[in-house]
Amino acid sequence: MVMKILSTPRMERCIGCHSCSLACARLVYQQLSWDKAGIRIRSTGGLSTGFEAQPCLACDPAPCALACPTGAFGQRRGGGVVVKRKLCIRCGACAAACPVDAIYLDPAGEPFVCIQCGRCVEFCPHDCLEMVEPPAATTGDASLPEARP
Amino acid sequence: MIRDYFRVLRVDLATGRGRIEEIDGRDTQAGGSGLAALLFDRMGFPDRGWEDPAQPLILAIGPLTGYFPLMSKVVCAFKSPYHDQYAESHAGGRAALSLRFADLDALVITGKTRRPSCLVVGSRTLEVQDVPYLWGKSVQRTGRVLRNMFVGSGHRSILRIGPAGENRSALACINVDSYRHFGRLGGGAAMGAKNLKAIVILGDASFELPPGKAYAPLFEKIYGQLTATTMMDKYHNLGTAANVAVLNRIQALPCRNLQRTSETDIVGITGETFADRTLLRNTACAGCPVGCIHLGFLREKFKEPNQYLYRQVTYDHEPIFALGAMLSVLDPFQVLTLLETAEKAGLDVMSAGVALAWATEASDKGLISAKETLVPLKFGDAGAYVQAVTHLGLGANDFYRLLGRGTMKAAEHYGGSDFACVLGQEMAGYATGEVFFVSQALGFRHSHLDAGGYAYDQKQKGKEAAAAVDFLVQDEKARVLLTSMVACLFAREVYKEDLLAECLKAVGYGNLAETLDDVARRVQEMRWRIRLKTGFVPESVSIPNRFKQVVTWQGPVDAEYMESLQQAYSQRIREMGKPNV
Repeated sequence: MVMKILSTPRMERCIGCHSCSLACARLVYQQLSWDKAGIRIRSTGGLSTGFEAQPCLACDPAPCALACPTGAFGQRRGGGVVVKRKLCIRCGACAAACPVDAIYLDPAGEPFVCIQCGRCVEFCPHDCLEMVEPPAATTGDASLPEARP
Repeated sequence: MIRDYFRVLRVDLATGRGRIEEIDGRDTQAGGSGLAALLFDRMGFPDRGWEDPAQPLILAIGPLTGYFPLMSKVVCAFKSPYHDQYAESHAGGRAALSLRFADLDALVITGKTRRPSCLVVGSRTLEVQDVPYLWGKSVQRTGRVLRNMFVGSGHRSILRIGPAGENRSALACINVDSYRHFGRLGGGAAMGAKNLKAIVILGDASFELPPGKAYAPLFEKIYGQLTATTMMDKYHNLGTAANVAVLNRIQALPCRNLQRTSETDIVGITGETFADRTLLRNTACAGCPVGCIHLGFLREKFKEPNQYLYRQVTYDHEPIFALGAMLSVLDPFQVLTLLETAEKAGLDVMSAGVALAWATEASDKGLISAKETLVPLKFGDAGAYVQAVTHLGLGANDFYRLLGRGTMKAAEHYGGSDFACVLGQEMAGYATGEVFFVSQALGFRHSHLDAGGYAYDQKQKGKEAAAAVDFLVQDEKARVLLTSMVACLFAREVYKEDLLAECLKAVGYGNLAETLDDVARRVQEMRWRIRLKTGFVPESVSIPNRFKQVVTWQGPVDAEYMESLQQAYSQRIREMGKPNV
């Protein structure tokens, strides 16, 4: 079975209601929050320029999982991560490794990230979100050297 | 956070310090309107003027804020610069959720800073920063600067005033997150009097969900009602601007300083035209999936050849009525230009439009001239009105400063009281008849939202004052309950008392849920008690002659009926607001 991932293909429609974040916090993390969620909304430089999501891009391999020293973040099949909260030591390495700032650390350092469950999707009144099949993996050309300065 | 008391941050601007106070009363006051009244009762000074630094500026949310959809409003309470009495104004934006996530049921601001300042609060933040460089800046410019000064994009609220508030105009609003406002009764001046240019609320805390299994399914049920049914269509489709054509059709749209109630060429400024020609997108208050905020698109050629800029301006029925129909400005882009100018100055657009409509008729009648208005005013002359709005915001001369205290103040000085469209404050965009006129003139907020008088006019036949006043009092009570939660009043058909009780129980306010009728009555009475104590005399409210000359689809307004309504409503207000023994 293909494990779908969350995508945000129609964010131009976003009205900034935060229903997605609130749903994730409520249903996944049992929180009343617009921070402790796997998707968070912010304005793109003021309300007059619309909104953008800060979702996990479901990397494969996921830099956050590679950075996690305790195995709390593990690679999810199809992209993204599987989180074992009990293993987390709140070091923040995952958030530091994320290239798109998709992991929220609460004041105690606990990470909150999208687990690709799609529960937020039905709460978007403008159909901005969608669960999709992951793109074909881009493993790169192993014959080429790593580009490093 | 669910708790059986109120957690209130009280800030003294004079010292820059604050303290958290735990205040009892959750089960008797609920929050919002009820909490604000409780706080003003304890911390306000009925006998001192609104400019007294000790007067509190109160922002209050309710027990359901953030927990359910459309529980997305904030009650702002203060001693009003407009009438020097207790007042409430309501707004959405992100302010409600920001206060919730700042872990505050209310923020009470007293004192006055030495220099223009910005107050920043959050769940772990309290600071008062000097911002003298923002004084005199427009609402929009101030917002842009503040956005770059503080963290928390998307999860914070920025309240600010423009020059009108700094100049202590009674028509000054508090802008909330660019597109919403504590518009009426001079909240902007209440901030200005404290040298408070802006308030930044950081919503940076999170809470465990209430225990039990009831909450999440109930949320989903209500969310489904609001989004999967047609119940809220009118708000996100054309928005309230749909009312322009509807009211015009039934001869109930105040036009040309209420010289008439419909306009032949109204098509230029109907909700349909705004949507077709100007609508850029919708946006929403945080915690509301409806998205009723309509942003129009204003394109301006600032230089030849083909050099353009664009702006986004929010519109609704009331702003279109005030700066469109009332001024006979019947082009949507001209209306947006006027709205944008008023926004920049930090003026309440409704009040500003109605004030300038009076000034135009006063000019026509020779009571004032360009000596006062600085630019000749003529109905339909949008270019002149752009300048006049700016003058009004800046308080450019004695005339505009007086007009900025309220239309009736200017009319008392220059003449023309009989055609000043003032019902307690500048009228709202409904000329439906006697019940609405009296409802606004005597209503607690002098708002069309105090009670559905406009709907009563449209539905009820007969002229029985007692029945009409019963309706107003009952409807006000139902709305007081909603504004104590604090719900958006657009959700009033969803959040009936039974559902509110179910919501309260689901999050852990079982006691409050059992006594909602008592709570609503208590808060209604308490608000009136404070209002009367601060000087309101309902019997002496004057409804200008212009309202008695109105002709609607039902024919001419019945002045005698209006008089009997005022008497009956005044009596009920006295009963509701009688002092506690």
